[in-house]
Amino acid sequence: MALILDLAVQGLQMLLVLLLAPLLTGFVRKVKARLLLRQGPPLIQPYRDLARLLRKEVVLADNASWLFRVSPYLIFAATWVAASLVPTFRTGLMFSWSADLIAIIALLGSARFFLALAGLDVGTSFGGIGSSREVMIASLAEPAMIMIVFTVALIAGSTQLSTMATFLVSSQVGLRVSLGLALIALIMVAIAENARIPVENPATHLELTMVHEAMVLEYSGRHLALIELSASLKLLLYVSLIACLFAPWGLMPPDGGIALLAIGVVAYIAKLAAGGFLLALFETSIAKMRVFRVPEFMGAALMLGLLATLLLFVSRSL
Amino acid sequence: MVLPALACASVLIATAAVAIAIRDAARARHVVYGICLIASSALLVIALLALLDVSKAPSAVTLPLGIPWLGAHFRLDSLSAFFLAVVALGAAAASLFALGYGRHEPEPGRVLPFYPAFLAGMSIVVLADDAFTFLVSWEFMSLSSWALVMAHQRVPDNVRAGYVYLIMASFGTLALLLMFGLLAGPDGGYAFADIRGAQLSAGVSAAILVLALIGAGSKAGLVPLHVWLPLAHPAAPSHVSALMSGVMTKVAVYGFVRIAFDLLGTPAWWWSMVVLALGGVTAVMGVLYALMQHDLKRLLAYHTVENIGIIFIGLGLALAFKAHGMALAAALALTAGLLHVFNHSLFKSLLFFGAGAVLTATGERDMERLGGLIHRMPQTAFVFLVGCAAISALPPLNGFVSEWLTFQAILLSPQIPSWGLKLLVPAVGALLALSAALAAACFVKAFGVTFLGRARTPAAESAQETDRFSLAAMFFFAALCLVAGVLPGLFIDALAPVVHSLVGARMPMQSGVEWLSIVPIAESRSSYNGLLVFLFMLLSGGLAAWAIHRLASDKVRRAPPWDCGYPDASPATQYTASSFAQPIRRVFGTLVFRAREHVDMPPPGALRPARITIEMRDLVWDALYAPIAEGVGLAADRLNHLQFLTIRQFLSLVFAALVLLLLVLAIWP
Repeated sequence: MALILDLAVQGLQMLLVLLLAPLLTGFVRKVKARLLLRQGPPLIQPYRDLARLLRKEVVLADNASWLFRVSPYLIFAATWVAASLVPTFRTGLMFSWSADLIAIIALLGSARFFLALAGLDVGTSFGGIGSSREVMIASLAEPAMIMIVFTVALIAGSTQLSTMATFLVSSQVGLRVSLGLALIALIMVAIAENARIPVENPATHLELTMVHEAMVLEYSGRHLALIELSASLKLLLYVSLIACLFAPWGLMPPDGGIALLAIGVVAYIAKLAAGGFLLALFETSIAKMRVFRVPEFMGAALMLGLLATLLLFVSRSL
Repeated sequence: MVLPALACASVLIATAAVAIAIRDAARARHVVYGICLIASSALLVIALLALLDVSKAPSAVTLPLGIPWLGAHFRLDSLSAFFLAVVALGAAAASLFALGYGRHEPEPGRVLPFYPAFLAGMSIVVLADDAFTFLVSWEFMSLSSWALVMAHQRVPDNVRAGYVYLIMASFGTLALLLMFGLLAGPDGGYAFADIRGAQLSAGVSAAILVLALIGAGSKAGLVPLHVWLPLAHPAAPSHVSALMSGVMTKVAVYGFVRIAFDLLGTPAWWWSMVVLALGGVTAVMGVLYALMQHDLKRLLAYHTVENIGIIFIGLGLALAFKAHGMALAAALALTAGLLHVFNHSLFKSLLFFGAGAVLTATGERDMERLGGLIHRMPQTAFVFLVGCAAISALPPLNGFVSEWLTFQAILLSPQIPSWGLKLLVPAVGALLALSAALAAACFVKAFGVTFLGRARTPAAESAQETDRFSLAAMFFFAALCLVAGVLPGLFIDALAPVVHSLVGARMPMQSGVEWLSIVPIAESRSSYNGLLVFLFMLLSGGLAAWAIHRLASDKVRRAPPWDCGYPDASPATQYTASSFAQPIRRVFGTLVFRAREHVDMPPPGALRPARITIEMRDLVWDALYAPIAEGVGLAADRLNHLQFLTIRQFLSLVFAALVLLLLVLAIWP
């Protein structure tokens, strides 16, 4: 019985992240538009876009290979699995032990690996520029992320997300310098990983500075839908991750009742909304950087992460 | 068990003689590679039996060979068995690959006799149980591989590669020779059993460790002793490159593990700092060098340097934990290092096989002249992709598991009391993470430029899929990469006796864990389940594909590429290997390689083409090797006039030298 319940919760989580992801993207767009005193598209516009893309036929470049057609599914699968392993409304997910936070980062790395390859597949100059810049950004963002994981793992004594969240919500943590540094670094990494301003402009097209859009330029139809959905899922994943590590309040414990479940879900949606709002606010108040300023930005994140880890190696209480 | 292993090795040596005797090239190829395949498979079985049968004591034998009063000692304990398994597995796959690949060999007479000798040399090194046998077989391995590097000696670069390799190999052996001299002490107990019992002072132990790092490190490719490796490994025929990169570097790691963990007794805490620092620098430098290459085989060779760095990080952590009496943590770190030894031997061999297949299909190693091979060689492209994903440490493949274990070991290290390590280990962790991320970038480039896009030359346009033997070897290793990735518990358990014999503890038994997860310490701390991750990915990808093809449109139309409305028909407009690496070169290369770009832009209206030249310097070569080479040249110039003395002057020189030496002997305390 408990097993079926656990399975149901895990399945619910997988569905929930999938259904909420486009909503979060739509919410960020809406808030950004309102901050610029525009009407903005309706909240459900991303769903409509996805449905429209799914209905359309795929226009495939003449020399696209099988890898180009398989990649969207691989990217989607890796991102979805990663997103469903981050605790959203409840800790102690059934399969949370199958991959810890390092593995989740690596799963996102797999998705990026195939996306970058897909960018190179057709052999156009835009695809190449996107891929080469994406791997440059990732080559600094990934180690920064690992350093953040080290920081939190050293405090919580575990790399398991569920255990981390349970520990961080307890009163033994308090305010710590290292956690503060890690939070700043994590936000910087999240901005870069999700191709948001100031690293990259998600609304751009036909610009020499685009990275993510350049890689997916040749995609259309259902393939593009999957890639867009994966991008939304990734944004949701990072917001959930920040919420679960740095604002773990309201998370439902594994043995909670229906009331706690309701609190958990409401708290999660509130956190998502807060995260989306802050992101939109941040994006409207800052200008985009030149591409070759990005390494400095990511280098700062890496140094913050390293400093946080170093502090914990020196003293467990910092 | 050791006698059958030695019998296999002698069969290999005999095959070398047979190879010279057979005149017909095709028959010689089938006979030599066939026998090598059978003999190495037999070796693999022997090694696995010795490794998995925990109850059995190590089997040893002394043969009346070599120095009369010493004899040749051989011993097959669990450490030897593990490395023998790595050697034999790599050798078996390389022989299988060569059954097909060898057909394209222009000068089989220069390859066939040395190949079995090389295999025999590597197997005997891991079996040797005294210093003399170890050194002789080590040198035998070096020289036979040197002969294979020189197989295509008419290519100008190869002569230089062989020259540098020969010098570095003899330098490394010299260091090992001195080291064994120190280990054996004045009484000359050269058998490993005598060495283990000896008591060494701290200073002597330190000297031995440094010499071992130089000797084994130069063979393995630790920075700054790596310079020969990216020259020599690509110069050899591809199946030999696979063996040199995938297997011979592991024999060097074996040498270091045998000395540092077994022969040298309890380590001092600062040893690990040297090993960790070297490992971290090697990992990052190796991958940065690799990113700057556009020769596919040289890129792979530089990447071996990176992986050796990762292995040495694991070994360094294990030394640190062992020195502080933390046996369980040491077991975790050592398991991570040794598992990476195995994993790297799999995917690096696989990638070199793939590079060899590309080389025979197109005649090109330069990635700038390839492209679009996924259409012409789909099966090779698939296995190469698996190898690229595995080496980039992507789950659920095997490279991720060993890196994950290394990260877990790093997370245990704040408990180490010494301050130097507390400051060094996080930095090494950052270097490891950086090298892992750069490795993914490097293999996006390697695969993307070689196999994807449009063909850049007619040679790449007309490539043909490679033969069945080569494909079989590659598919075998690709499957092993997946198996070792989804069922890592089996391999960790198999390593347990090795680790236990070296650090006195082992990782918890993994085969009893539910769902075949791996749990390094406790499930609340960390666990990883490659199988479930693989199944989940399969399930969600399959679900997405099914749902979309069922519920949404599944129509496909082929059309010209879009490229924002400006598609260019020329394949020269694609990104090349160097343009792909340009952002990373700007970020890291300006510091590490002093990379400078010179743009020569003609004024408007001028008819000459614009040019960009990139200037990069190898600082290790400039700072370390160039002065030495210059010094040797200078000394040779100065001493040159000694050639033109008269016979009287020569005789008086000899007399003076004799007097001097006698004086030294008389004054010596």
